[in-house]
Amino acid sequence: MQGIIAYGAYIPRLRLSRKSVAQANAWFAPQFGARGKGTRAMANWDEDCITLAVAAARDCLGLGEDRSGIHGVYLASCTLPFAERLNAGIVSEALTLSDTVEALDIGGSQRAALSALSAALDKAKGAAGNTLVLAADLRQTRAASAQELDFGDGAAALLVGSQNVIAEHLGSGTVTVDFVDHFRSDGADVDYQWEERWTRDEGIGKLMPRAIAAALAAANVPAQRIDHFIFPSTIAKVDAQLAKNCGIRPNALADNLAMTVGDTGVPHALLMLAQVLESATPGQLILVGQFGSGAQALVFRVTEAIFGFRPQVGVGRWLASGTEETNYTKFLAFRQQLELERGMRGEQDKKTALSTLYRHKSAVLGFVGGRCELTGNVHFPPSRISYTPGAPALDTQKPYKLAERQATVLSWSAEYLSYYPSPPQFYGQVDFDGGGRVLMEFTDVGRGEVDTGTRMEMVFRVKDLDEKRGFVRYFWKATPVRFSSAGSPGPGPTE
Amino acid sequence: MPSGIKDKVVILGMGCSRFGERWEASPEDLMVEAYGEAMSDAGIGPQQLDAAWFSTHMSDVGTGRGGLPMGIALRLPNIGVTRVENFCAGGSEAVRAAVYAVAAGACDIAIALGVEKLKDTGYAGLPVATVGTLVPQWYPNAVAPANFAQLATAYRHKHGMDAATLKRAIAHVSVKSHANGAKNAKAHLQKAVTEEQVLNAPIIAEPLGLFDCCGVSDGAAAAIVTRPDIARGLGKRELVSFKALQVATSNGWEMHSSDWDGSYFHTARIAAKRAYEEAGIRRPREEVSMLEVHDCFSVTELVTMEDLFLSPEGGAVKDVMDGFFDADGRIPCQIDGGLKCFGHPVGASGIRMLYEMYLQLLGRAGSRQLANPQVGLTHNLGGQPSQNVCSVSIVGNFPS
Repeated sequence: MQGIIAYGAYIPRLRLSRKSVAQANAWFAPQFGARGKGTRAMANWDEDCITLAVAAARDCLGLGEDRSGIHGVYLASCTLPFAERLNAGIVSEALTLSDTVEALDIGGSQRAALSALSAALDKAKGAAGNTLVLAADLRQTRAASAQELDFGDGAAALLVGSQNVIAEHLGSGTVTVDFVDHFRSDGADVDYQWEERWTRDEGIGKLMPRAIAAALAAANVPAQRIDHFIFPSTIAKVDAQLAKNCGIRPNALADNLAMTVGDTGVPHALLMLAQVLESATPGQLILVGQFGSGAQALVFRVTEAIFGFRPQVGVGRWLASGTEETNYTKFLAFRQQLELERGMRGEQDKKTALSTLYRHKSAVLGFVGGRCELTGNVHFPPSRISYTPGAPALDTQKPYKLAERQATVLSWSAEYLSYYPSPPQFYGQVDFDGGGRVLMEFTDVGRGEVDTGTRMEMVFRVKDLDEKRGFVRYFWKATPVRFSSAGSPGPGPTE
Repeated sequence: MPSGIKDKVVILGMGCSRFGERWEASPEDLMVEAYGEAMSDAGIGPQQLDAAWFSTHMSDVGTGRGGLPMGIALRLPNIGVTRVENFCAGGSEAVRAAVYAVAAGACDIAIALGVEKLKDTGYAGLPVATVGTLVPQWYPNAVAPANFAQLATAYRHKHGMDAATLKRAIAHVSVKSHANGAKNAKAHLQKAVTEEQVLNAPIIAEPLGLFDCCGVSDGAAAAIVTRPDIARGLGKRELVSFKALQVATSNGWEMHSSDWDGSYFHTARIAAKRAYEEAGIRRPREEVSMLEVHDCFSVTELVTMEDLFLSPEGGAVKDVMDGFFDADGRIPCQIDGGLKCFGHPVGASGIRMLYEMYLQLLGRAGSRQLANPQVGLTHNLGGQPSQNVCSVSIVGNFPS
């Protein structure tokens, strides 16, 4: 049996009020006044596709340190930060996966996540080990466009394999057609969109039913037996029309999160799937489809094992944990669509020494410190000589992962002096459960949310952008613990 | 314990430029100003100098690198000029090197000069520093005010103190230094301020406001040192001698270990203990007459009073509020205005502190002269609370 064995998701904490966008742009685009309802997920300045994907993967994988069962990472996205430098490779380092993992970037169409999922399911038939399917998007839009209101940022993750399957794969259908409802040429920031009604009638209306019919036939499942129909689209009611045309019951329609998150693009079908799985019961049938340069659909049946898995946070709690952002200029600035005066302190060169990064990639990307075998003292970054007062031992440190451990704030400040994309810059010293102290930047934090003693957890984020050369530095940051069930793994072997 | 430096080396002459936003002065001009005063005070010519130590920190925005800037600016007679750099404690390091060279007998007369030109960057505050190739990949883009502001959160937590009480105490630290700076014609900031002004100033790094931060200044200072017998031979009667020169440098323990509580300077306590031992001081609160500490931020000065064992643990707030460190208090601190108001040209600051102690001990401090000071202490810090270099020096009258 092949299928999904774990799932996870990530929705950025900021939720941009559509009303504030519509009102700010009303002088120019009054037609969007009626669409100023709800919120859309908005990545913080230090989030990109890679960090979103890492967050979703961690939601899926949980706190366990043994990730040796993961043999593949497929990262689906149309907005990956690097055109060349394996984006899935950065994710693998951040997740401290084995370097024998097969890592791929998959893109090119809105159904790239389903293509990645299909490939992972195929792989599960023959090979040992699980494949982590990740999907993330952070799409640039023009100010005062429909997409700016409709889209949202987010990511989803599925672990695919053949042991402890919680949703068994029953069948798939694919149609590949060069139907260009939108495109984005190499180097362009923003999609070029064709008329929506044409996409609805000639594209989705004709191509999706073929993929769905093929998937249902392969699964040997009649359409009316589908319990959850997942089909993301920003076109109003197109999912309901499609269900009707395919013979799927209207009450099978899954919530497309339009009022809270917006359409996240490539990950959206998997994000909706993650939400469906949170409340699915054994025996239920799920049809998930997505449209883009053709159509793709997959059918799954939920198994008894569904009760044995919970994501670390899950869509439901990500949805509930949002903070409404009513400042539209902040959104524009985070997207580099509004050039703010940075002052001379913003001129600092952020060139990264790539050879240094390579030597320290485990520390910088994986947040792996060194724990002295003699004293248990934890060092970050790891060093050859330990700090132990009076007994500086040589070469006694073993790799020690910090990313999944919680920490407590010792001291902090919030400063307004430097150039920081979202001032003030919060940073401080945190002490990790089980040992180790690091002076770290804090993110997703506002005034009054941190003090000495505040419990923090770690998130993988953009540290600096080298705009001159187009390079991105990543590192881990601390953020207040917001979900009580999360915790630190127990002590033990850590390699 | 080695025999130490006590009374082996004396100050032959000192000089200090006017500190401040010296738009008209290049680093060379600042050096000439301090050097000229020191040489004339010493009463010697360049040929009598055997060696020089040169302190500057932000060489990229100021003087340039190496010993050359000093050798060329002062047209020194091809003696060795060695640049020392130890963050904001570099000035004290230059003095230490010169003193040790004289004590070793390698030199008869040596000069230490520190200079910093910070006002050619185009913006306020300390320039953005470069920190190698690994640190920027994980360390926060830290700035000095937020590094030192963390002392406040940790100190408050340790002593169960409310934010307003600590904020008021550190405000008093700044009010006192402004009052002192107003009497110093060479100081960068010569204006008294009220507690209300300090408390209501814009926040730079919580909880530090504008008046909790020291001036970022241009300036230079110089010290010429020699053996007591040589100074006597040159006709000097009243002499100021070194009683202790101690430096302690972090080894990463504070950075890595949860055993450090973030509210004090581990190095300062070590350097202070060693310095008191070297100088033979057993009861610092009773024996120290005056001090210049590294008040880069008001909260730094406050916690330093405990690190130097002048205030009891947790007692600095009471001492500060009681005026213990005011100009008319038991141990006047920052009598020249300190970093806060005299200013902080990084590489020169340690020597500037020594300059004030020298003037006070010789009775030359004019309107801010203290009555009969015997023992002066300087505390010069480089880095930040969790990793730093701390220098504690003690000077006093040379026994006649």
